[in-house]
Amino acid sequence: MRTDHAMNRFFVLAGAVLLGIAGFAVVVLSFERPPVRTVQIGHRGVAMELVYNPRTVAAEFARQQAPAALDPADPPESDEDRASAIYENVPVLGHLSVAQFGRIMQAMTEWLYPGQGAEGCNNCHVPGNFAAEDVYQKHVARRMLQMVHQINTAWRSHVGDTGVTCYTCHRGQAVPAYVWSQQPEHATRGGMAGIQVAQNLPGRDVGLSSLPNEPFTPFLFHDENIRRLTLTPRPSGNLAGTMNTEWNYALMMHMSTSLGVNCTFCHNSRSFHSWESSTPQRVTAWYGIRMLRDINVNYIEVLRDRFPPHRLGPLGDTLKANCSTCHHGVYRPLWGAPMARDYPELNLANFQRAAAAAPAAAPAVEPVPEGEPIRLPAN
Amino acid sequence: MSMLSFERKYRVRGGTLVGGNLFDFWVGPFYVGFFGVTTIFFTVLGTALIVYATALEGEWNIWKINIAPPDLSYGLGFAPLREGGFWQLITICAIGAFVSWALRQAEIARKLGMGLHIPFAYGMAVFAYVTLVVIRPLLMGAWGHGFPYGIWSHLDWVSNVGYQYLHFHYNPAHMIAVSFFFTTTLALSLHASLVLAAINPRKGERMKTAEHENTFYRDFIGYSIGTLGIHRLGLFVALSAGFWSAVCIVISGPFWTRGWPEWWGWWLNLPIWN
Repeated sequence: MRTDHAMNRFFVLAGAVLLGIAGFAVVVLSFERPPVRTVQIGHRGVAMELVYNPRTVAAEFARQQAPAALDPADPPESDEDRASAIYENVPVLGHLSVAQFGRIMQAMTEWLYPGQGAEGCNNCHVPGNFAAEDVYQKHVARRMLQMVHQINTAWRSHVGDTGVTCYTCHRGQAVPAYVWSQQPEHATRGGMAGIQVAQNLPGRDVGLSSLPNEPFTPFLFHDENIRRLTLTPRPSGNLAGTMNTEWNYALMMHMSTSLGVNCTFCHNSRSFHSWESSTPQRVTAWYGIRMLRDINVNYIEVLRDRFPPHRLGPLGDTLKANCSTCHHGVYRPLWGAPMARDYPELNLANFQRAAAAAPAAAPAVEPVPEGEPIRLPAN
Repeated sequence: MSMLSFERKYRVRGGTLVGGNLFDFWVGPFYVGFFGVTTIFFTVLGTALIVYATALEGEWNIWKINIAPPDLSYGLGFAPLREGGFWQLITICAIGAFVSWALRQAEIARKLGMGLHIPFAYGMAVFAYVTLVVIRPLLMGAWGHGFPYGIWSHLDWVSNVGYQYLHFHYNPAHMIAVSFFFTTTLALSLHASLVLAAINPRKGERMKTAEHENTFYRDFIGYSIGTLGIHRLGLFVALSAGFWSAVCIVISGPFWTRGWPEWWGWWLNLPIWN
């Protein structure tokens, strides 16, 4: 009996020591450490502050740098110098000089298919026949060029003078690292834990929270309102419930983690809805939401039939953009490097004129699809 | 203030930590001691500073009075009075008063040969306050990380600090603290109801004792912690609530800069299921 007692003591002690070591390891390995950097963005004492780990920021700063610009090319001196005079099937970039045309082709190849050299051309072109329209990527690239132009002109309210290039999203990959598509709802479990409503599992796109995992269809594809608050003292007529607010919260989690900021970057949390107590960044974000709706519907989803099945999501829709697609966890993509300024070729200002002159050459814009009906929980 | 005839004999000399016999006296029913004097000093000075700072701000609405800490740009240095300096002086006074109060409790306990449970328990609340306005600001490198002194303004601060980490309910220490707070209220209500049930018998019946209390809980959950044990448990759960509250705020910032849901990545990435 005595030995049994001693053995029990040993096992209990050994178990406690093992648990202690495991707990200590989790605590040491899972947390960060001082010093941290804090940026005050509100009046003192209001706690509107961005909190950063300077070591993480330094690593991200080194990792996310815009590539050096290619040597500039001269614009066309006459119409004979234009790409449209030399090449066939150049409806979008035909207004460029031949030198500019070659420069932007080279840049796009490096931005999407780095290190492939001349082989890189074959990702969009039939080898030996650049005019051929047989490769789907070529059609996609054409629409994306129009999208970049749309973003840099119609959505200056969001991108400002910084603008975007192909690289802002693509970063050396044919498919940008952060994209989204509609997801089948999580399998419903039986019994008391039956109601999952596309949430209650940690989601990468919503900062690992268990809020609804895909808030993009309602808010970044359809134009569901993000406001749910009743602003009158005696609420009536507001049918939004807690579940609706969780969809909002999920989108906000996405925006925060996409930009590497916290809620106080845009909001004073004492009153999330109030524009008066919000920061100017909230206005930029407001336009960003509208910009994403525009490009997701009018520039990406219209290409649905162009893409092969393996480039579509599980429900057959395109891989669309959200805040992460450009931002990559940084409040200004590529730390605000004004890449677009170095690539005047991406400014299609002359494109409309060229398109008007030869409408047949312009790519047909397909009708905007209705999209899958969104499944928001019933109120 | 009048004193009951038998009260004088309970007044025990000695047991002071500082000041010897100099402050070992009573004013009315209150023991003074060195730390009673320092408590009064810091309390009066701190309150006067609050009133003065409020007068300079010109906002007398009790809800809106706000004495804010300095801008973060002052770091760990002193700020001009009207730009957070008042907050710094008031913080010094508050800590002086709170710590004096705890030490006065300790002196009284020593006089009576009691344990130091009371100053320890009160000290946990002081520790939580010091964590908020000293330890965390030191770790983050600026006094401006302290909370503002004002009824509404400190609530706005709490809200914004919570949202700096996107979803504070995912803070593991916050989870533990909240659990202890609820456990404390549950334990207190179970204990209070048990005592009242025992000492409030039906008309004509005799008051019940600890044996009945123990028997009730043995019938109920198979175990009774006992009359002394319930108070040990109560102190433990209550102090744990305060302790983990301090932990949950001191790890927010110094030891975690991102959204709290992301911290759980270590669990999702365990090689067992990942």
